[in-house]
Amino acid sequence: MNRMSENKYKGFEADRSKYPEMKDGKPVIDLESHKYTKIWQGPQHPGVTGNMALELIIDGDEVVDTKTRVGYLHRAFEKLMERRRYIQCFPIVCRICVPEPDTNEYCVSAAMEDLSGIVVPEKAQWLRTLNLEMSRVGSFLMWLGGQAGSIGMGAIGQWTVGMRDFWLDLFEEMTGGRVYHMYMIPGGVRKDLPDGFKDRARDLIIRTRKLLVNIENTFFNNIIVKSRLKGLGIITPEMVDEYGIVGPNARASGRECDIRINNPYVKYGELDIKMITSNGCDAYARAELRYQELLQSLDLVSQILDKIPEKGEIQAKLPNVLHWKIPAGQTYVKAESTRGEHGFYMVSDGSEFPRRVFARGASYTHAISLLEKLAVNISISDTAALMVSLHTCPPEIER
Amino acid sequence: MKLKDILSPLRVWERAAQKPWTIKDPINDRPGATNYRGFHKNDFNKCIGCGSCEEICQNAAIDLVPVEGQETKDGNSGLRPMIDYGRCCWCALCVDVCPTGSLTMSNKYTWVADMPEEYRFVPGKTETKWQESEKGYKRSEDIHLIDYERVEMLEIKPEKRDKSFIEIVKGYNKEQAMKEAERCLECGICIATCPAHMDIPAYIAAIREDDIENAFRILYETNPLPEICGRICTHKCETACALHNNGESLAIRWLKRYIADQIPSEKYKEVLGTEHLDDPKIGKSIAIIGAGPAGISAAYYLAIMGYKIKIFEALPDSGGMTRYGIPEYRLPYDQIDKDIEYIKSLGVEMQFNTRVGKDITLDKLHKDYDAVFAGTGLHLGRSTRIPGADNKRVYFATDLLREVSLGNEIDVAENIVVIGGGNVAMDITRTLARLQNKKYGKIQILTTSLESEDIMPADREEIVEAREEKAIIDPGWGPKEIEIQNGKIKGLHVVKCLSVFDEEGRFNPKFDDKQKKFFKADMVVESIGQGMDLSYLSEDIKSNLKFGPRGRIQVNENFQSNLKWLFVGGDIIQGPDVIHGVANGYIAAKAIDGFLNKNDKRRKK
Ligand SMILES: Cc1cc2nc3c(=O)[nH]c(=O)nc-3n(C[C@H](O)[C@H](O)[C@H](O)COP(=O)(O)OP(=O)(O)OC[C@H]3O[C@@H](n4cnc5c(N)ncnc54)[C@H](O)[C@@H]3O)c2cc1C
Ligand code: SF4
Ligand code: SF4
Ligand code: SF4
Repeated sequence: MNRMSENKYKGFEADRSKYPEMKDGKPVIDLESHKYTKIWQGPQHPGVTGNMALELIIDGDEVVDTKTRVGYLHRAFEKLMERRRYIQCFPIVCRICVPEPDTNEYCVSAAMEDLSGIVVPEKAQWLRTLNLEMSRVGSFLMWLGGQAGSIGMGAIGQWTVGMRDFWLDLFEEMTGGRVYHMYMIPGGVRKDLPDGFKDRARDLIIRTRKLLVNIENTFFNNIIVKSRLKGLGIITPEMVDEYGIVGPNARASGRECDIRINNPYVKYGELDIKMITSNGCDAYARAELRYQELLQSLDLVSQILDKIPEKGEIQAKLPNVLHWKIPAGQTYVKAESTRGEHGFYMVSDGSEFPRRVFARGASYTHAISLLEKLAVNISISDTAALMVSLHTCPPEIER
Repeated sequence: MKLKDILSPLRVWERAAQKPWTIKDPINDRPGATNYRGFHKNDFNKCIGCGSCEEICQNAAIDLVPVEGQETKDGNSGLRPMIDYGRCCWCALCVDVCPTGSLTMSNKYTWVADMPEEYRFVPGKTETKWQESEKGYKRSEDIHLIDYERVEMLEIKPEKRDKSFIEIVKGYNKEQAMKEAERCLECGICIATCPAHMDIPAYIAAIREDDIENAFRILYETNPLPEICGRICTHKCETACALHNNGESLAIRWLKRYIADQIPSEKYKEVLGTEHLDDPKIGKSIAIIGAGPAGISAAYYLAIMGYKIKIFEALPDSGGMTRYGIPEYRLPYDQIDKDIEYIKSLGVEMQFNTRVGKDITLDKLHKDYDAVFAGTGLHLGRSTRIPGADNKRVYFATDLLREVSLGNEIDVAENIVVIGGGNVAMDITRTLARLQNKKYGKIQILTTSLESEDIMPADREEIVEAREEKAIIDPGWGPKEIEIQNGKIKGLHVVKCLSVFDEEGRFNPKFDDKQKKFFKADMVVESIGQGMDLSYLSEDIKSNLKFGPRGRIQVNENFQSNLKWLFVGGDIIQGPDVIHGVANGYIAAKAIDGFLNKNDKRRKK
């Protein structure tokens, strides 16, 4: 229990000196020695978040080295966009994150708006805020089920994924799509809220809160959960800068970083929102923090529902999208996804097609360099829990 | 270790007592949301086959295909979108961009088919379970991916123009033109409707690229009168324009004018690459009767092919009805000159004041030239033949308009009545109103037509502008008699016209003699259409020539008469408007070239 608690703030260089031997800063792993075994976790494995794989070197049941292997779902989104008109990009980018597509939709539109000086109408801003916060709820629910599942608590996954479906119902009403919403378009959003939407959303918030009480009782106040997650995957405050860690992973290590608060976009500046942090630094602290943020998101959704103006434009007038040219320039826009800072860098050469789009997802850091470090010296039975505790999302790595 | 952490998880059983969330029969018990982006539907009555859906689809999931039962007609290509569900991502961009709103989606979730091929289907044609479904995603009126509002064209204010013949329409500047050009969908629906089949989307694209010289070259590929057409074309293309289905059609005519206005006369040859055409290379010559749009168009295309061209024109200058009919405030003479001087500069000879049939015979032209093209237009006025119509103060509109253009003074009366509801009637009304205003300082002109206002053939803006200039338009009356006292006109008696056409659509006006009106006047102008004067055809030629309905010379699709050397076009065959003349002239020119070179190997490139 709490295997790593003694070396909580020592980093793992000390541990790495145990196994295997280090030479020129690299572990010497001689598989022929029969001391180590190499096994693959993923890409087809229930304990992997999406299509990626961990190449694990184990000694007994202890992981001594790991490599994150990607390349299973590369669809070249960034490159595709270079061959698409600006308006044709929004149906592409949502695919960069299945559980939380909306951050991508927001960023790509906001980048175009920024470059071309389009001002998004007030109401559309509110609808975007609603959409973004709802997507955070959906993503957290899915993650929560995953975290519970990763330590064998399948029931909670059933509950949260079931509840997420009700949120997808709301998305379906609002956007016309359940998973890929394609709701935000340059200039604003595509549809106003349907009649009665707000009431149904408020009702769902109540139902979700009720479920979360169940989850608090069964998951967070649970000796097994605590024993498995506490002390797992410690991110020291120093590591936050060293690795470029963002989002809940950073906040659970005491770092006050949340773009919604530090650099408010859409209507976040007009909401009552407080930074949530913790000093726990481990997987349990991250889980608890995400749980708090889920409750906060539910609160934000109801705040937004109260504030959306009844009347108003939902989209700024665009030039004919078939020939829309954006003035030459470059921009970086960012938003807070449930995994942290999510950003789009966009370059326009003044033509009808983006010259370069770069999508920055938090998982690039979290699932590669960070995970490869944190996985060393843990038990193989904890790799899934560790991975989920970093909330990694492979399509974000492979854009 | 807390005891709570051991006991609390047992509350997992609480949920066992709760009602399950699952739905027994989700497909039926839980239909898709009203707004769901399900399978596509297409309303064939609305779809115009513009292909904007195909153009916008980022998955290349749409192909426009011919569909049985759908025909190509004005404003409708007859093609329909076929969607490949192996590619579609249900983004509904196609729905949002569809200018007619015909393409929508249903709220259906599932579709099971045996063969993968079935998932490639033509919504609206392929029988589907959802074609009739009311619910599903539709284009919202609140979003704007296409601009349906025209860039406003500035005009001289009525009070500034009703005394002068200054051009009313100001024309677009660069910024306005580029903004307007931006709106085009590049669907090409307009091309089929334009009688000259001008490559409209291409020259509009060139405006967007600010490559005016290229735009200008594209214009000349099919139309050598862009300054004229850019001002007064009947713009049938605009009626067909896809944008018209959800807003204002593209201002194609004004954009054409914008292009032509940007190129100064002295650059024409350089831009069009016609600097070294001067000596006719082919050694054949063609006579053209009439320097109207049809004759000039034929002359231009023959001249650039290297033929020697001579135009014989009865009037003292070129342009036909564009100069001697259309008033200067719509089409200034210098713009006509700009178009035509360039054509003259290519070596096209024009002999004015020469009426064929009087000053020179058609037989002689036949003898001296390899081929003849006749585009003599409609210059004879038509009379109502009501009592009093033979008074000397009763005029034909076209005669008066010609006099104005010739610079001759017209004895304008203080009270004028115009009979007619077409554009020519508006032209004469507004011309005479200006002259009245100049002479008397006031306007007292009334125009009446058989047709009620909703079916008046004149363009709406002509009626509006005439009224702005204080002319009275009182439609829906049939002229009965021009009252004459002591040889002087007193006015026009009219009765209510109930309908103009009968059930079969034939001209057969019905009147209500009990509803009467009297329009006071001391001058009456008849503007009820024009006829052709074919007196230049000698008896010999006439007896060999085949005629079609309404006394028209019969021609084949190349505007060639049964006398192979004689080609005929313009108002006397088709139209009547400038662009038909231009189109006829173009086709005839190509056909004359073919006719003269059929067995001729001498032809040099
Ligand atoms: C008042 C008015 C307004 C109009 N407004 C428009 C408009 O806004 N838009 C539009 O598109 N169209 C308009 N039209 C119609 C348009 O002007 C004609 O359709 C067009 O000019 C026809 O061209 P054409 O070459 O066939 O004949 P015309 O332009 O009539 O030219 C025929 C020429 O042949 C000459 N000619 C005739 N007989 C002989 C002969 N025996 N020998 C030598 N020469 C001869 C005539 O003098 C004339 O110059 C208008 C017409 C009128 C009368
Ligand atoms: S965009 Fe609409 S009108 Fe045009 S072809 Fe497609 S479905 Fe038909
Ligand atoms: S829904 Fe999207 S992907 Fe499907 S056909 Fe329409 S534009 Fe193409
Ligand atoms: S002008 Fe109108 S009909 Fe012609 S290509 Fe453009 S949008 Fe289509």
